[in-house]
Order: sequence, then structure tokens, then C-alpha cells
Amino acid sequence: MDSKAIKIAANNVQVYYGDTHAIKDVDVQIEDKTVTAFIGPSGCGKSTFLRCLNRMNDTIDICRVEGDILLDGEDIYDKRVDPVQLRAKVGMVFQKPNPFPKSIYDNVAYGPRIHGLAKNKAELDDIVEKSLRRAAIWDEVKDRLDAPGTGLSGGQQQRLCIARAVATEPEVLLMDEPCSALDPIATAQVEELIDELRSRYSVVIVTHSMQQAARVSQKTAFFHLGNLVEFGETGQIFTNPEDPRTESYITGRIG
Amino acid sequence: MTDISQTPNAAPTTKPKGGSLFEKDARTKRRNAAESRFKMYGVAAIGIGLLMLIVLVTNIVTAGTGAFQQSFLELNVELKADKLDKKGNRNIKDIKKVSTFGYAPLIAAALESEVEKFGIQTDLKPKAMGKILSKAAQAELRNYVIADPGEIGKTVSFRFLVNSRVDGYLKGRVTRESIANDKSISVEQLDFVDQLRDAGVLYKAFNPDFIFGADASDQRPEAAGIGVSMLGSLFMMLVVLALALPIGVAASIYLEEFAPQNRLTDIIEVNISNLAAVPSIVFGILGLAVFINYMHLPTSAPLVGGLVLTLMTLPTIIISTRASLKAVPPSIRDAALGVGASKMQAVFHHVLPLAAPGILTGTIIGLAQALGETAPLLLIGMVGFIASNPPDGIVAGFLSPNSAMPAQIYEWSKRADPAFYERAWGGIIILLIFLVTMNTIAVLLRRRFERRW
Repeated sequence: MDSKAIKIAANNVQVYYGDTHAIKDVDVQIEDKTVTAFIGPSGCGKSTFLRCLNRMNDTIDICRVEGDILLDGEDIYDKRVDPVQLRAKVGMVFQKPNPFPKSIYDNVAYGPRIHGLAKNKAELDDIVEKSLRRAAIWDEVKDRLDAPGTGLSGGQQQRLCIARAVATEPEVLLMDEPCSALDPIATAQVEELIDELRSRYSVVIVTHSMQQAARVSQKTAFFHLGNLVEFGETGQIFTNPEDPRTESYITGRIG
Repeated sequence: MTDISQTPNAAPTTKPKGGSLFEKDARTKRRNAAESRFKMYGVAAIGIGLLMLIVLVTNIVTAGTGAFQQSFLELNVELKADKLDKKGNRNIKDIKKVSTFGYAPLIAAALESEVEKFGIQTDLKPKAMGKILSKAAQAELRNYVIADPGEIGKTVSFRFLVNSRVDGYLKGRVTRESIANDKSISVEQLDFVDQLRDAGVLYKAFNPDFIFGADASDQRPEAAGIGVSMLGSLFMMLVVLALALPIGVAASIYLEEFAPQNRLTDIIEVNISNLAAVPSIVFGILGLAVFINYMHLPTSAPLVGGLVLTLMTLPTIIISTRASLKAVPPSIRDAALGVGASKMQAVFHHVLPLAAPGILTGTIIGLAQALGETAPLLLIGMVGFIASNPPDGIVAGFLSPNSAMPAQIYEWSKRADPAFYERAWGGIIILLIFLVTMNTIAVLLRRRFERRW
């Protein structure tokens, strides 16, 4: 596989929750237009690390981050960075589908509205349609854009959330176990979608399912007890892991 | 694929070990007995509660409904020009010179003509006959004439309030035996009343003045109404709503969404909860010291009452607002922050609208609590003020002395005449109607706008 440009570089990242050292010495390079999967047992810190990438951890009072995380060469934890501006560049999709209790249209239009991405209604309509198409849900909802987003099925809600995230034209999309609340059919749809999104964005996905990581990602990082144990090409991690802990986890002996 | 085949009518071939399932063992029996005992306690507790409620409601209704009805006497009064306008020039100044006392002969004459018309047998002098009417009757007549001097010389039909004793007689509260030592009414007068009632000119009817009218002095319980103090309560509630809602909501949003979690906010939090439990009279003293003695705001004014009640209501509103903000799932905040909304945008665009029904419910409950509060009003002079004139205008409504509904009820219950006692119960009915309405609105709002996730 040819090497691509590095979008995000994390060097020596430490995360503390109060006195708990949750992430220890993590170095990861996330490539542009690539799907990177974070795998590992529950509580290993993969979600915590993901939330560092768009500073969602700022909302937790006791959380403290050390080390550098560079996006396009700029330290996102620099004092001059406004996390709100950062989050417009680094979108996020959460574990549980969490559409706003508003119409489907308003869900998608919210981001562009607050960022002033559309000059008029026609442009906004355009963004909404494009985003819903990109999230592969347009055909299912085009006739009921005024219906509440919470009335959709779980899989549709998650794709709506993805549409909402891509509507603000982010450069990186973080996904925190996006399929854990979905059935296999909806999961397949979302996975297909992730593969398509790869052509435009850098996608980082946290998942519990190793099969999913193997299916959708090109790079995989294995976390264990707050340490980044192994990081490399997905194919290599799953077929020929270097670290015995990775091998034990992948073969089902731990985790 | 084939279905799994099953043996029809299969029966287990093992026997029960250690006792049959059909018989309860001693331990199970004990547990079941304990459970049914506990259920019985619960039913008994609810039963006692319901019984008390029924007793309370029947008591209030039976004692209070009388206040909504009043006895009236219909009279055709000749507005004699020689008594009311001696100069005959219809000058309003001259007409005003005739005091209420000057109208007494007109009423006496009207009563006399009534006696003749229906052939009523009585030994009473016209003046004694006039005593069955309320002392408010002459004033009512005078106000009518002053408002429209053109009516002088005509004979006009009036519906006068009768004396509270006569009213009590018609309602069964006063009997011939009970008035043995009563100087304000005699047995002859009651006989006279009986004949007037048979003639159909003296009767009980619905009395809107009780609901909309002003309070009256000790001498005229029949004329007292709760309307003016209702206005006092209304102005107070406006003050409470205008101050407590914005301050309370702003404080809760800050504490819940923005404030850092540290010792200081912990102390604030604990003390807000403590404030909610502070006896209301303490807020009254605070209001007296700060608003009246220090800031020199007018005594007995609904503005001051509203300020005091705002202090009292704020903790309630803050606590319920924070509870409803907490009830909004964090995933909604995450979602908003995730698309790059600022914290304030997340709160105002998403969290607050979802918490609004809860906030409104809390506010209405807080207002209802404030509406029924008497003790703090005691100290700022709203209790004991005779609200005999409605405020003339909005500013006066806030600043001129007034009473409030619970204060009015308390005031009536203190007075000696049993007719006031009836009015106190009637006032309680009106107050309860307000409270039940407000609580119903709160429940409906919650039902209507409640969202599930």
C-alpha cells in the first residue's frame, strides 16, 4: 500500500482523569483519506483517545491531556485554538445515534446554519440533499424531510447523524463505535458508507468488532490498558501481529 | 429445513424433591404474610389520606359555598327631588352635599310602600324596617344618584343587599333562638323578613360582588368581596414571574452548564437547597428590613410583596430548572458540540427547548406556592390592610397598598362577625380553584411537551 499524507500526528499523548492515568505515551499518525480503526478491550482508552482528537474531552472537568496532537501541523491543544472551530473541522459520530429531536432537515441543516455555510435557503437545501446522499439515506427520507429525526429506525438515525456530521464539510470524521447499537443489516450499510467516505475524508473509527475493523480499515491501532500496543497496516495486524498481546486479543484469548 | 419433531403429551418422569410445589413451606408462608401485611399498611395509609382529603373538601365546600350567595331585597325607590336636590338646579356639587345618611328616609319610604303593596302585617317603625338592609344600601343609592343626577325625581328599582343577620337567617345560620341577645336584629324584624320573602321580593341569589368586589368594614360583612385582593395577588404574581423566572433560569443554566465543579459551587448548591426549606416568615423579615426599612419602598404594596415572594420562590424555580436541565441527555449536548456548536449555542438551541416544559412546570408550581403564602405578607403590612378600593391603574396596582388573597382570608377569619367566617371559607374555595387550575396547567404542559428518548 502506498503511503499517504499524514493528517493528524499524535506524539507522546497522556490523558488523566483526575488521578487515573487513562492514556499512556500514545504516538499515532493518521493518514489522509484513510480509515484508521482503534480496537481493544473495553476501558482500554480508545474512545478517550478518539475524543482527544476533537477536544470533546474538554467538556469533562477532571480530564487533562498532555503531549502534542497536530492537525495539519498545528497543535490543537494550543491556547490559541478555539475548540468550537476545531470541531467544525473534525466531525464526530457517536456510539448511540443521537439526532436532535427536530426534523430530519433541521438536523442536517443545523451545522451549516451555525457556521454560516449557506448564503440562502436554496444553498442550504442543496447542502442538506448532498449530505443526505453522501450518508446514503436520501432515498429513504427525501419525502419526509419535515418528519422528526427521532422517528427513524436505529440504522437510519445513525446515517442521519453521519449526514449531519458531513454537512459541515469536516476534514476528519471521528466515529465512536458507530455500529454498536445497530443490527447487522444497518451495520453493513454504515460500513459501506464509511468506505465511500474514505474518498473525501480521513476517518477514524473506534470499534469493538475486530471483523469490522478488518472489513473497513486500512490502518489499525490496538490499545490495551491505556497503551498503544501496536499500530500498522490492518492486514498485517490481523494476520501477523508483532506483539503477543495483539495476537492474544485477536485470537480471542484476552479481552 | 424440517421442524423439530416432539414427543406428544410428554410428562416428566422425576418426582419433586423436598416437598411439593403445591404446598407452601413455612418460610414462603411467612414471606407472603409479611408482604400482604405491608400492602395493607400502604392501603390503610392511602385510605386515611383520601378520607382526610374528602373531609377537608366537603368541609370547605359546605362552609364556603354560602359566601357565593347573598340575600337581596328588591325595592322601588322614589328618588325624591325635594330631598336630594333642594335647590332644584341638578348641580352635582349640591347633590354631593347630601350625605349617605340623607338617603335613609328614601329607603324607609320605599319599604313602607312595599308593606302597603303586599299587605304585610308588622308593628315595626319604618326606621326599624330599614335596619334589615345592609348599611351599604344608602351608599349604593347615593353613588347611583351622583353618577346619574338625571334620575332624580324618577322611581327606580333597586336590588339592595340585606343585613348579614337577615342573610344568615335565610341561610339557616341565624335562628330566632340564637338572636336572643343580639341587639342588631329582633324577632319582629325576622317576622317581617319572612313576609317579604313570601312576597318574593327578598331572596337569595348569586353574588358576583363577592368574587369581584372590594373588602368592606367590620360593620358590613355582606358587602365584602375578594376582588381587590385578587388584583393584589395578580400584581404580586406578575412581579414574581418577571423576576423569578429570568433570574432563576439564568442562575440554573450557569450552575448546571457552565460553572466549574469546585468547593464554591458546591457551597452555593447546598445553600440553594437550604433556602428552599427556610420558613417563609424569615423572607418576610428580610423583605421588611431590606425593601421597606432600607430601600423605603411603600408599605403594603404588591411590589414589595412580589419581591419578597420572588426571594421565596427562586430556590424552588432553580431546583426544578436544574433538575430538568439534568434530565436532558448528555448525548444531545455531545451532538451539538460535535458539529461545532459553541457551548452557549448547544444550551440555547437544544438543551433549553427540551428542558422548557420542566422549567415551566417548576415555575407554575413555584407561583402557586407563592400565591398561597401568607406569613411573609404579614411583616410587610399586606395582612390587615382593608382593600376597600380597587387600584386606579397599573402603576397604582404595583405601588398602592393592597391585600392579597390569602391575607384577605386570614383577615376575614380574624373578624368577630360569623358572616365573615363564611366569607373566609368562600375565599379559600376561590384560592383553591386558582391553585388547582395552575397545577392542572403544569401537568398538562408536562404531558403535552414531554419528550422521550
